[in-house]
Amino acid sequence: MDDILFHNARLIDPVTLTDSLGAITVKDGKITAILEKGETRPAKETIDCGGLCLAPGIVDMGVKVGEPGERHKESYRTAGRAAAAGGVTTIVTRPDTTAAIDTPETLEFVARRAQADAKVNVCHMAALTKGRDGREMTEIGFLLDAGAVAFTDGDHVVTDAKIYSRALTYAKSLGALVIGHVQEPTLSAGSSVTSGKFASLRGLPGVNPIAERMGLDRDISLIEMTGARYHVDQITTARALPALERAKRNGLDVTAGVGIHHLTLNEFDVADYRTFFKFKPPLRSEEDRIAVIQAVESGLIDVICSMHTPQDEESKRLPFEDAASGAVGLETLLPASLRLVHAGHITLPKLFRALSLNPARRLGLDCGRLIADTPADLVLFDPDAPFILDRSKLRSKSKNTPFDGARLQGTVAGTWVAGRRVDQE
Amino acid sequence: MTFNAAHLLGIEHLHPTEITTLLDLADRYAEESRQGIQHKDVLAGLTQINMFFENSTRTQSSFELAGKRLGADVMNMSMATSSVKKGETLIDTALTLNAMHPDLLVVRHGASGAVDLLAQKVNCAVLNAGDGRHEHPTQALLDALTIRRAKGRLHRLSIAICGDIAHSRVARSNIMLLGKMENRVRLIAPPTLMPSGMQEFGVEVFEDMREGLQDVDVVMMLRLQKERMDGGFIPSEREYFHRYGLDAEKLSYAKDDAIVMHPGPMNRGVEIDGTIADDINRSVIQTQVEMGVAVRMAAMDLLARNLRAKRAAQTNVAV
Repeated sequence: MDDILFHNARLIDPVTLTDSLGAITVKDGKITAILEKGETRPAKETIDCGGLCLAPGIVDMGVKVGEPGERHKESYRTAGRAAAAGGVTTIVTRPDTTAAIDTPETLEFVARRAQADAKVNVCHMAALTKGRDGREMTEIGFLLDAGAVAFTDGDHVVTDAKIYSRALTYAKSLGALVIGHVQEPTLSAGSSVTSGKFASLRGLPGVNPIAERMGLDRDISLIEMTGARYHVDQITTARALPALERAKRNGLDVTAGVGIHHLTLNEFDVADYRTFFKFKPPLRSEEDRIAVIQAVESGLIDVICSMHTPQDEESKRLPFEDAASGAVGLETLLPASLRLVHAGHITLPKLFRALSLNPARRLGLDCGRLIADTPADLVLFDPDAPFILDRSKLRSKSKNTPFDGARLQGTVAGTWVAGRRVDQE
Repeated sequence: MTFNAAHLLGIEHLHPTEITTLLDLADRYAEESRQGIQHKDVLAGLTQINMFFENSTRTQSSFELAGKRLGADVMNMSMATSSVKKGETLIDTALTLNAMHPDLLVVRHGASGAVDLLAQKVNCAVLNAGDGRHEHPTQALLDALTIRRAKGRLHRLSIAICGDIAHSRVARSNIMLLGKMENRVRLIAPPTLMPSGMQEFGVEVFEDMREGLQDVDVVMMLRLQKERMDGGFIPSEREYFHRYGLDAEKLSYAKDDAIVMHPGPMNRGVEIDGTIADDINRSVIQTQVEMGVAVRMAAMDLLARNLRAKRAAQTNVAV
């Protein structure tokens, strides 16, 4: 007999891209069967989903947790709670901590901390170069052995093409995935918003969106040269998309992601210097936002992530140029993404292709799909339920969300990791 | 009389009637100052703090003089040598000052938006004396008053703003003010010193100075902000002067009665030829300085009236 039967659920299947009523059975932490509407099987526990959506849990690629170094901003315990409340069943952490996660010893430390405190699955990315300073590659082999799922210097660009190409060649020989941040740093230096009318009006230093394409063009050239497995953390501008499309068409092992804030906000949201809307890369024009949404819909951009970046009040209560970048997103990723569904830009199955299936596939994880014998990492949610976000209620230690007071739709009714409910405290 | 603002943070949020109200009052103060009429009662009993995070001689002394002429107790804080150096944040500085209950706070800061941020945290009236590359509202107002007095009106004029627009808060405030008052604004700058998207502000953009100056009523020169440049905006000062410096030949393209303005301090021989700057028939640069004091008197007077009204309303509620 199965452990759990989820019945009367709207199954959101990102593999077959279907959205239909049915049921799922779970045993020993794994999905055992997908049942059609009307079918049933005996189970110890039966959950009536009441027609709500049941989808593979979100795999959030690129989450910053403040351990080590900035535990006052976010710990594994609070990040885990925020993830569970937001339907995120796998957190993929970034190595841009203080100190950077660039040795197997540091990686083992954070893995132990995550194991002890987080209620959801946690995978770790490691730095590509020591100290993320772009001079010397990390011990990629040892880090892989210690469990690193990908290698990235976060928002630091390895400016020296020779050093970068060596790291890529070495990573390639070990089959490691490298994640790049595409930005020409000599063009973007000192900027805090995207150049254009808004930047000029506010008197803020702006970066031309072409800096992103320059970074992408360079990285793609190096991927062509080295054959490494490569993923772009965030593509946020229309003018970078043709280069990405060409790289994929030419058969390079390249994928791309985008942060949820660049899909739901634009440069004008900064308004009167609101620092919770400061991001790196900065928010873009409305034309860019729409183009990037279309690229997610078509599958050109593979992954949507939260780019969860907790910042304390002190880092944000500063003049715009001096304030820290980034926003928390674990808990708001799903309702913010559902804005795209409600606006008619994308279907629910395609949304979960970008939220769950594609990141899992890219990282070699067997979750992210509704298929028998895969982990029962599931999120049950009401896609329509409206609410007004109150940042003080967020589970994250840091409350720096741009959605404070925003009207959102989509509430999580339950999150299960390996068949175990994790969203009840 | 219409002037409802609690702070003077920028031109962006002012209504044309508020601008006119302020200029009318400033005009009166300018006249009365010339006649030696004193108004020590207007700000009597109020404390004005000048908080300059960036060094300034001209603007700070202009605000100081304006406050003193209206009877305020004026205090200058040079923030470059204060607790800011010890790591205090802008907001903590604001809260500390606020606890001393000032009435008028005049602030200059190097970061765009910093004065807005500070205004959110204090209970007094805040005047922006320049924030980063964002706004410098009293400069735009004194320029407007100077133009109005010289030309007899502040609408349907053709006005060229020339030079380092990218780094200039003066340019931004002026573009907004002159646009609100329905003038034709032309911007002239080398493309490296022209911010992107300026066409969308309802102005005309020129790279050729002679073309841009054609038949204008007012020529407003900007200072080349060498201290804000981190390299490579212009090839050299002498080439800049050759192509964008205002001399008699280039000025001849403007109307015969066109006036020449400059917010100071001037780089003679870089953006403006010395003889043009000193030509009493064309240059109104000294008038600008005089109007600066009058405009700041008017701004502080109006803000103080609103502040007193607000406090009176609060007291009534409390009773």
